[in-house]
Amino acid sequence: MSSNNDIDNLIEMMARLPGLGPRSARRAVLTMIRKRGLLLTPLADLMQTVAATARECLSCGNVGTTEICDICRDEKRATGEICVVEDVSDLWAMERAGVFKGRYHVLGGTLSALDGIGPEDLSIPRLISRVADEGITEVILALNATVDGQTTAHYIADQLEGRVALSSLAQGVPVGGELDYLDEGTISAALRARKPV
Amino acid sequence: MDWREDGIILAIRKHGETSVIAELFTESHGRHAGVIRGGVSRKLTPILQPGAQVDATWRARLSEHIGSFTVEPVRSRAAVFSDRFALAGLNAVTALLIFALPEREAHPPLYRRTRDLLDLLGQDDLWPLAYLQWEMALLEETGFGLDLSRCAATGQTENLVYVSPKTGRAVSRDGAGEWADRMLPLVPCLRGEGDASDADVLAALGTTGWFIENKLAASLGNRPPPEARGRFLDAISRRIARG
Repeated sequence: MSSNNDIDNLIEMMARLPGLGPRSARRAVLTMIRKRGLLLTPLADLMQTVAATARECLSCGNVGTTEICDICRDEKRATGEICVVEDVSDLWAMERAGVFKGRYHVLGGTLSALDGIGPEDLSIPRLISRVADEGITEVILALNATVDGQTTAHYIADQLEGRVALSSLAQGVPVGGELDYLDEGTISAALRARKPV
Repeated sequence: MDWREDGIILAIRKHGETSVIAELFTESHGRHAGVIRGGVSRKLTPILQPGAQVDATWRARLSEHIGSFTVEPVRSRAAVFSDRFALAGLNAVTALLIFALPEREAHPPLYRRTRDLLDLLGQDDLWPLAYLQWEMALLEETGFGLDLSRCAATGQTENLVYVSPKTGRAVSRDGAGEWADRMLPLVPCLRGEGDASDADVLAALGTTGWFIENKLAASLGNRPPPEARGRFLDAISRRIARG
């Protein structure tokens, strides 16, 4: 254990990060100190830069370093389609797949009766104004297949019904999934969404 | 300390990075919370959805501890996720149970009604009336039951058209007299009569809603009733508007 307060504080801060505990934070800090020039200094510089520049995109809610993010500024992505996601991590997951070429809208959560999160606590009003202002032709609801996620999807669908085409992600058998291990809800959703082959 | 029985999942909250705190509604132990380790895993997440029926085992060193659950799926109700009307109903039921019931107080008749009601999810023609009857059972279990058998003023059993907001008892047209404008409507479907159209059920839910807001909520420190109930009523209204 180090006797230096700053190092202890750094370990304590690192241990608060998701996926890290005190032990793994200690290992990470020790590695960074040992590779000061290679890891610690560049990381500290980058963290300072990101701390100064990181912000939410004013249009979609994505996290970037400019007021309007790269995706929203990209003219090639003005396809008239908006993909609605719950969180920035979902947006990044969609981008990793690389199949969607339109723009996004990050809600910042889902409706939750338990936590008292209502429509006004999410960026639903901004989504509705974007649909009206940006010539949107289709809204794709890419929300989690949970009670809260689907409740939010239905709420948005009610708000936008008749104004724009609405669709949602399919639900069913995942790639590599074995039917024997699937829950009955997933099997029933998959059966209802079956397609001709 | 341990026990094992079937339960309905009412809510799931994340607890740390890998666990969740689940609130279950069981027949013998009422609304009961417990930690489920690994509850955010890919294996457990599909099982741990509100409305799902699980075989739960609760363990704790002392009974007053929150304890931990291990669960096995009994019945998933995820099939209703794509049905906005059914999902709104499911949300209203789970939110009202969390709102109205104290922890660890058994309500066996209400548990059985809730289980039967959730089994009807997706049968949209039957569901609104079944939900109304469940809400009346909830009021009954929490001490605010409606007595609609006879007029509170005259003892008449016919021509009952009002419910007294003060007592929750039926009042006939003659019995109401000059107080009629202060009474709540007694829609026939509240007494199990009539064809119980969506409009009738919606009007009847206005009456039960009055008791939830003004009697039940008042007894719980004037907490506002869950918005999920209002959203379900909106869903019924939209269905009426669509015809």
